[in-house]
Amino acid sequence: METKAFQKIYTKIIQITKATCSLRATGVGYEELAMVNGRLAQVVKIIGDVVTLQVFGGTEGIPTNAEVVFMGKPPVLKVSDDLAGRFFNAFGNPIDGGPEVEGEEREIGGPSVNPVRRKQPSELIATGIAGIDMNNTLVTGQKIPFFADPDQPFNQVMAMVAMRAKADKIILGGMGLTNDDYLFYKNVFENAGALERIISFVNTTENPPVERLLVPDMALTAAEYFAVDKKQSVLVLLTDMTLYADALSIVSNRMDQIPSKDSMPGSLYSDLAKIYEKAVQFPDGGSITIIAVTTLSGGDITHAIPDNTGYITEGQLFLRKDSDIGKVIVDPFRSLSRLKQLVIGKKTRKDHPQVMNTAIRLFADAAQAKTKLENGFDLTDYDERTLKFGKEYSDKLLAIDVNIDIDMMLDTAWSLFAKYFSKAEVAIRSEFMDLYWKGE
Amino acid sequence: MEKEVKQTKGKIAGIIANLVTVEVDGPVSQNEICYIKHAGIDLMAEVIKVFEKKVFIQVFESTRGLKIGQEVEFSGGMLEVTLGPGILSRNYDGLQHDLDRMEGVFLKRGDYTDALDYEKTWDFTPLANIGDTVIAGDWLGEVTENVIPHKIMVPFSFSGKFTIKKLAAAGSYKVLDEIAILADSKGTEYKVTMTQKWPVKIPVKTYVNKPRPYKLLETGVRTIDTLNPIVEGGTGFIPGPFGSGKTVMQQAISKQAEADIVIVAACGERANEVVEIFTEFPELEDPRTGRKLMERTTIIANTSNMPVAAREASVYTAMTIAEYYRTMGLKVLLLADSTSRWAQALREMSNRMEELPGPDAFPMDLPAIISNFYSRAGFVHLNNGATGSITFIGTVSPAGGNLKEPVTESTKKAARCFYALSQQRADSKRYPAIDPIDSYSKYLEYPELQEYLKTNISENWIDQVLRAKNFLLRGKEASEQINILGDDGVPVDYHLRFWRGEVIDFVVLQQDAFDEIDKRTSLERQKFLLETVLEICDIDFRFESFDEVNPYFKRIINTLKQMNYSEYKSEKFNSFYNELQTIIGERK
Ligand SMILES: Nc1ncnc2c1ncn2[C@@H]1O[C@H](COP(=O)(O)OP(=O)(O)OP(=O)(O)O)[C@@H](O)[C@H]1O
Ligand SMILES: [Mg+2]
Repeated sequence: METKAFQKIYTKIIQITKATCSLRATGVGYEELAMVNGRLAQVVKIIGDVVTLQVFGGTEGIPTNAEVVFMGKPPVLKVSDDLAGRFFNAFGNPIDGGPEVEGEEREIGGPSVNPVRRKQPSELIATGIAGIDMNNTLVTGQKIPFFADPDQPFNQVMAMVAMRAKADKIILGGMGLTNDDYLFYKNVFENAGALERIISFVNTTENPPVERLLVPDMALTAAEYFAVDKKQSVLVLLTDMTLYADALSIVSNRMDQIPSKDSMPGSLYSDLAKIYEKAVQFPDGGSITIIAVTTLSGGDITHAIPDNTGYITEGQLFLRKDSDIGKVIVDPFRSLSRLKQLVIGKKTRKDHPQVMNTAIRLFADAAQAKTKLENGFDLTDYDERTLKFGKEYSDKLLAIDVNIDIDMMLDTAWSLFAKYFSKAEVAIRSEFMDLYWKGE
Repeated sequence: MEKEVKQTKGKIAGIIANLVTVEVDGPVSQNEICYIKHAGIDLMAEVIKVFEKKVFIQVFESTRGLKIGQEVEFSGGMLEVTLGPGILSRNYDGLQHDLDRMEGVFLKRGDYTDALDYEKTWDFTPLANIGDTVIAGDWLGEVTENVIPHKIMVPFSFSGKFTIKKLAAAGSYKVLDEIAILADSKGTEYKVTMTQKWPVKIPVKTYVNKPRPYKLLETGVRTIDTLNPIVEGGTGFIPGPFGSGKTVMQQAISKQAEADIVIVAACGERANEVVEIFTEFPELEDPRTGRKLMERTTIIANTSNMPVAAREASVYTAMTIAEYYRTMGLKVLLLADSTSRWAQALREMSNRMEELPGPDAFPMDLPAIISNFYSRAGFVHLNNGATGSITFIGTVSPAGGNLKEPVTESTKKAARCFYALSQQRADSKRYPAIDPIDSYSKYLEYPELQEYLKTNISENWIDQVLRAKNFLLRGKEASEQINILGDDGVPVDYHLRFWRGEVIDFVVLQQDAFDEIDKRTSLERQKFLLETVLEICDIDFRFESFDEVNPYFKRIINTLKQMNYSEYKSEKFNSFYNELQTIIGERK
C-alpha cells in the first residue's frame, strides 16, 4: 500500500503499549487505517487531537519518531471473481505468489443485512456423517461451531464436511493456524481438485496475533461478494475463533477497558455476533453458511468464549472420543443444530425427528447404565440391552467415519431399535411404528 | 404543548466505539436525542451523561469515519415512539423505524423510515361527545386496525382536564388529520390527531389503579398453565443456558397465548429467529379470530449484529407500544429475548464511560433498571372502567449458565414467575426443559388467582396441582436414593415413586413444541390429563420386584404420549385411553 505524495507524515508518537500507539493528529476518521513505520494500524480511539492506533503487527521496535501516515479509509478488500482459488494473508495480500487481485474496493466489517431481506433457511447440507445429518442436521445459512479440545481432529472433520457440502465457494478464514494445519487444508483442497472453488485468508502462528482480527471480516466480505452479487452458496470456515477472541482481549486490555468474565472484553458477545450473524440465506438463492471452530480448554464450555459463542450460533457440534469403540464421535447430548427442525421430517423422511430423539434417549439410558456399572450396581436386563445398543449406535451412527445417506441412517436406527428393544420401550408414534418397525 | 427553544449544537470532541463526546454551546438534557451530521446523513444518538460543557452520547449507529469537530444537533426531546393506528403487523428496528421500508439488502446508517403510514386512511367512529370532560388516555373514537378495535385517545402528554370542543364525525381520516379539538381549563385549545408521541423511558400512567392480577393467561404450554401459571398482567422470566429452549418457549407462548396483542422484542438475538417469526406469523392462524397471527403482532428487532446502543432502546420501544395498546383496554403480551443482551449493552456503555463497575462489571444501578422496567407491566383499571393488561415475559441468558449472576438475580427480584430451564433436562431432550422443582409462580399463592382457577377449572384444581408437584418432588428424591443405593438396595416402593414422577414428567411436563397437536393443550384437556395422570399416581400398583416397574410404567407413559399426539377426544385418542385402562387394570 503506497503512500500518496500529499499525505501528511506524523513523526511524534506520544504513547506506546504492546498493541497500540498514540499520537497527536487531526482530521482523522474513526476506524481509519494508518501505516506506522510500514506496519498496518487502525484508529480505535480519538480524544481531542490524540489518536490511538491499534497496530496489527504489534508494536515491538516501534520508535517514538516512527513515521505515521493515515490512509483516509477503513480496511478494504478488492472483490472480483479473481479471488477464487487464491490464498491471502490477513490484510488480503496474496501469499501464493500470484498477482494482486483487481476489483471493486469494499470496506470490510460492513453493515448487516436487513432482517426482512433474509429468507428462512431451508436447504439441508448433507455430510454423510450421521452424527451430523441425523442428529444435528446442518442447513445453508446456518452458523455453527465445533466445540473441541485442541487435540481433537476438528480440522479434519471440518475439511471433510466442506468437501462434501455442495457449496459454490468455500472460504477459509484461518486464525492462528499452525503451518502444518494450513498445509493440511491446502492439500485437501488441492487433492479434491476443488482449488478453484476455494479462497483462503490465513493468519498462521508465525504471524502477529492482532492481525487475526481482520481475518473473519476479510473472509466474510469475500463471502458477501459471492453470495449477494453472484447469488452463490458460500461456505465459510473459521478456525480457530478462540484465538480470534484472545486477540480481542489483548487489544482491549491494552486500552485499559474493564475486562469482564475470563479477562475478555465486555463487548465479546457483540464482537462475535457481528461475525457470526453474517451467515444468511437470501431469497434469490445466495447464502453464507459459517462453520467455525472454538477450541475449549479442558472441555469447559462455561468459559466466556464458548459460552458467548453458544449464545450466538445456531447450535454447536461436540466431538468426543468414545472409549468403548475407540473412535471419535459427534456427541449427541451436547451437540445441537438449532435449524435442524426446519428440514428434518420436511426435507427428510417424516420419521426422522422421532427416530433421532428416541435413539438419543436410549443412548442416554445407556450412559446411565454405564454409570451404574461403574458404581458397582447390578444391571437390569433393560440396562444390559441399552449398553449393547449404545455401543452399536455409537459405532454405526455416531462415529465420524460414517458416510451414508440419511434414509440409510434412519433404517440403521430402526434395526437397532428392533434388535434391542420392545415397541413400548421405543415408544415412537404408532403411524411410524407401523411403517418402519423392523421386529415382529 | 411545545415551547420554542433555541436548538443546542455541539462539536465532536472524542470517539471510542459508539461512545462519542461532544462540546456543546447550550443546554442539553439527560437522554436527549441528537443527530451527528456526517457526509449528508444524520446519525441518531442519545445523551447518557453530561459533565460541564462536555456531553457523552451513545450513537445508535456505527461510528466508522466520524471525525473530531463534526457538528451535532440536539433535538430538544427524548427518544420517542410514534403511536397510532398501523403499528400492528409492522417489523420495526429498535428505534421504531420500519424495516420493510428501508431500501436495499443491507441496513444503511441513518436510513430512518416512518413508523406509521401517513397516507393510509382509517374508518373512524367517535366514542365520545362534544362537551365531554376528558383526561389523558380517554377514548375519543375508534378505528379498526386489522381486527383490533384501536382507540384514538387523548394524548398521554395532556395533563389535567379537557373539554371536547370539536370531534370528527364518523368517516375516513389519515393519521395526521384533525380528530378533535380539546380545551383546557383556561380555554386554550389543542388539536388532536390519530397519532401522538411518547418518550420511551417514561412509563405511561393513564390508568386509575393497578390491582393485583387474578386472571389466568392461557398459554397452551402445560408446564406453565398447569404447574406454574402466569396471569394477565403478570411478569415472568425464563433464564437458561444457551440451547436450553428459551426462544422456543417464548415463541410457543407468543403463538398460543390468549392475548389480543403480541409484541415481540428481539433484543440482541439471532436474525434467523426473527425471520422465523416473519415467515411463520403471516401464515399461522389465530385460533380465536381465524385471522393471521401477524395481524395482531408487532416485532421490534434489534438483532445481535445491529447497533448495540439501540438494543437498550428496543425493549423500551416495545414496552411503550404495549402500554399504548393496554390503554385501549386490550390484553397485551410482551416478550423480550433476551434481556441479558440489553444489560450487556448497558455494561458496554458504562465501561466505556469508566464508571465504577458493580458485580461482573455491570452498572451499579442494574437491579433498579430491571425492576423499573418490569414494574411497567401489569393489569390496570382504566378511567372508563375497562381493564387492560401487559403480561411481560423476558428471557435471561446467564453467563456460563450460572444463575448466580447479576442479571438473573436482579430479575428474580422483579418478576413473579420463574421458569428455570435446566441444562440437564435439555441435554436429555426433556423439552420444555423447565425445571419443575426450581421453577415457581408466585401467582399460584394469590387468593385472587386461586379463586379464579376454582371457578374456571375445578374446585380442587389447586389441590391437584400441588399434589402433582409433590409427586415430582418425591420422584426426584426416590431417584437420588436409587442412584446412591442401587436398584435393589431400595424398597420396590421407591421405584414406584420414581416412576410416578416420571409419568408426570413425560406426559404433563414434556411437550413437543414442533408437533402439530402436542404443542398446544387447551385448559380443558390439561384438566383431563392431570386428572388422568393423578389417578394413575394414586394407584398402589402391585409389583413383586423392582425390575417389573420400569417396563410397566414405560407402557403407561407410551400410551399416554400417544394420547398427547392425538386429537383430543378423537377416535384414536379414545382408543389409546381404553388401552391405558386395560394396562392399568392388569396390576390394580
Ligand atoms: N419444547 C421443545 N420441543 C422440542 N425441541 C425443543 C423444545 N425446546 C427447545 N428445543 C430444542 O432446543 C433448541 C434450542 O432451543 P432455543 O433456541 O429455544 O434455546 P435458547 O435457550 O433460546 O438458546 P440461546 O440462549 O442460545 O438463544 C431448539 O432449536 C430445539 O431443537
Ligand atoms: Mg434463544
